[in-house]
Amino acid sequence: MSAAYQSHPALQLAASSTTEHRPLIITLFAVFVAATLGITVWAGRQTKSASDFYAGGRQFTAFQNGLAVSGDYMSAASFLGIAGAIALFGYDGFLYSIGFLVAWLVALLLVAEPLRNSGRYTMGDVLAYRMRQRPVRTASGVSTIIVSIFYLLAQMAGAGVLVSLLLGITSDAGKILIVALVGVLMIVYVTIGGMKGTTWVQMVKAVLLIAGALLMTFLVLLKFNFNISDLLGTAASKSGHGAAFLEPGLKYGATGTSKLDFLSLGIALVLGTAGLPHILIRFYTVPTAKAARKSVNWAIGIIGAFYLMTIALGFGAAALIGPDEIKAKNPAGNAAAPQLAEYLGGVGSTGGAVLLAVISAVAFATILAVVAGLTLASSSSFAHDIYANVIRKGKATEKEEMRAARWATVLIGAVAIALGAFARDMNVAGLVALAFAVAASANLPTILYSLFWKRFTTQGALWSIYGGLASSVFLVLFSPVVSGNPKTSMFKGVDFAWFPLENPGLISIPLGFLLGWIGSLLSKEEPDRGKYAELEVKSLTGVGAH
Amino acid sequence: MATDAPTPEGITETRPAEPTTEAFIATQESAEFGELRHAYRSFAFPLTIAFVLWYLLYVLLSNYAGGFMGTKVYSNINVAFVFGLAQFVTTFLIAWLYSRHAAAKLDPKAEAIKSRMEADA
Repeated sequence: MSAAYQSHPALQLAASSTTEHRPLIITLFAVFVAATLGITVWAGRQTKSASDFYAGGRQFTAFQNGLAVSGDYMSAASFLGIAGAIALFGYDGFLYSIGFLVAWLVALLLVAEPLRNSGRYTMGDVLAYRMRQRPVRTASGVSTIIVSIFYLLAQMAGAGVLVSLLLGITSDAGKILIVALVGVLMIVYVTIGGMKGTTWVQMVKAVLLIAGALLMTFLVLLKFNFNISDLLGTAASKSGHGAAFLEPGLKYGATGTSKLDFLSLGIALVLGTAGLPHILIRFYTVPTAKAARKSVNWAIGIIGAFYLMTIALGFGAAALIGPDEIKAKNPAGNAAAPQLAEYLGGVGSTGGAVLLAVISAVAFATILAVVAGLTLASSSSFAHDIYANVIRKGKATEKEEMRAARWATVLIGAVAIALGAFARDMNVAGLVALAFAVAASANLPTILYSLFWKRFTTQGALWSIYGGLASSVFLVLFSPVVSGNPKTSMFKGVDFAWFPLENPGLISIPLGFLLGWIGSLLSKEEPDRGKYAELEVKSLTGVGAH
Repeated sequence: MATDAPTPEGITETRPAEPTTEAFIATQESAEFGELRHAYRSFAFPLTIAFVLWYLLYVLLSNYAGGFMGTKVYSNINVAFVFGLAQFVTTFLIAWLYSRHAAAKLDPKAEAIKSRMEADA
């Protein structure tokens, strides 16, 4: 069971064949970048009003937006992260696929339509609707930016992995250069193309990602004559863990604490999606709430199909490559999907190099599209919530607001580049799960209370947003994610971790809900009855929505 | 608007006339809106609780009932694998059920209230 694993001599050649085919890889990357820049410039010409910049003119169809939502959602975490997590930890990695999908029901049943009906450009439009504008918009802007930066961190880590794998760049300077390139591209996409350009880039990416995953799934299944049980069995024996590889518990089952971590991750995944600002603003790009509902349905279909394929990708990587080769490239397994592509095409052959290049270009496209969505969400929130409504108290002109959004994009791009240098060796799915935990703690309670609870007040909103935000970020800071784990922590040489769980959701999400409730009950101010009537009637009927 | 904190509008867009706050309160208290609210909440809320519990059951069984989850169903396919796939199936099913309910029971009511309020405004 344990020592049955044999190394592939052919894989030793991988590095040299990659070097040999480097021009091909660079060409594919360049083609994608050029095509998306073309789309961006074209979209930029049509971006005139704020509604164009923030919401793509609200004229996308439900199917187009469903594709773009999928493109925005299936990040490096879904592709590189889940494949790696399954390849190394078997069944425990599959939790990500399930949680990431089931989470869409919260968005569908409770959030997407009311949000489309009552907001205009940002999550803050809905959070602050019934409340005193300035404090709640500020809180919402801060939370949007922090959640997006956590998410960006994961994408940058994914970009670093790809590049070192493909171009053989292993020096820190080289990686930072590539992360900087991604940062510059995202700034260009968003400042020029706005929501229209970003949406089209996300649609193209979704099609590429699904096509790439389908191809790899087909090739993996072909190797096992379409016998899934055989695939699972081979993965189990190759993993060195035997049947345990196919059962829950390999990563999280060891101790009572690690089991709590699994629970924490599970809760964060299922409650995070409906609080992610970059996903929420996508619902503003369609004309009606009904179209928002239909786009979620499309997204559930597309994303669900993709996550089913992660079974073949993850267990396929475990069965065909084996954990030792995967860990050798990246300790967290982030390189498993590209490694699998090279294997399927034939290691050392032109076919292998081509498939590796294609799949890596797909992963690169995935990262760029998500990064653009995140940057747009945070710069929109800065410009619309903080600049226009707090700093300028609603007196900024449309032009000034859009200029602020573009400057904010540059600033957030710079922050993402700076942070991207740190998070290389953590599994990107784990990193994204942190963003989910922060979103579920800081944003979801206020969204739900605002829409459905009559007695919710400004104080409740502020306690919930800041309390959820502070507790989740604080717990991450003192968790093994940041320090204490010599292999995967951001800072490897030090240990100031005292919080045992990697994901803070188990504590911070209930706390966010609790604080919103207590803050409202202890509030001296009466809830604004008229504003609640407006919000409730609008959210359910779409009166005045545009 | 009678409330003290009007939604700040930094930007102008062509939009239908906005009904007054009084009109919104009147609608919110109307029987017609009450029916819409009931049709929405009595469907979406229990269904949300149900799928969250169903998902938590899966997470908790994975954590604390490893033996059961590891039971072989067919060759290398075990209960855990089937349970995971069942989560996919129920997600698709619930999305379909909700959309069917919304189209049949919610959309017509919402549309009626919306057109009446926008005509009055």
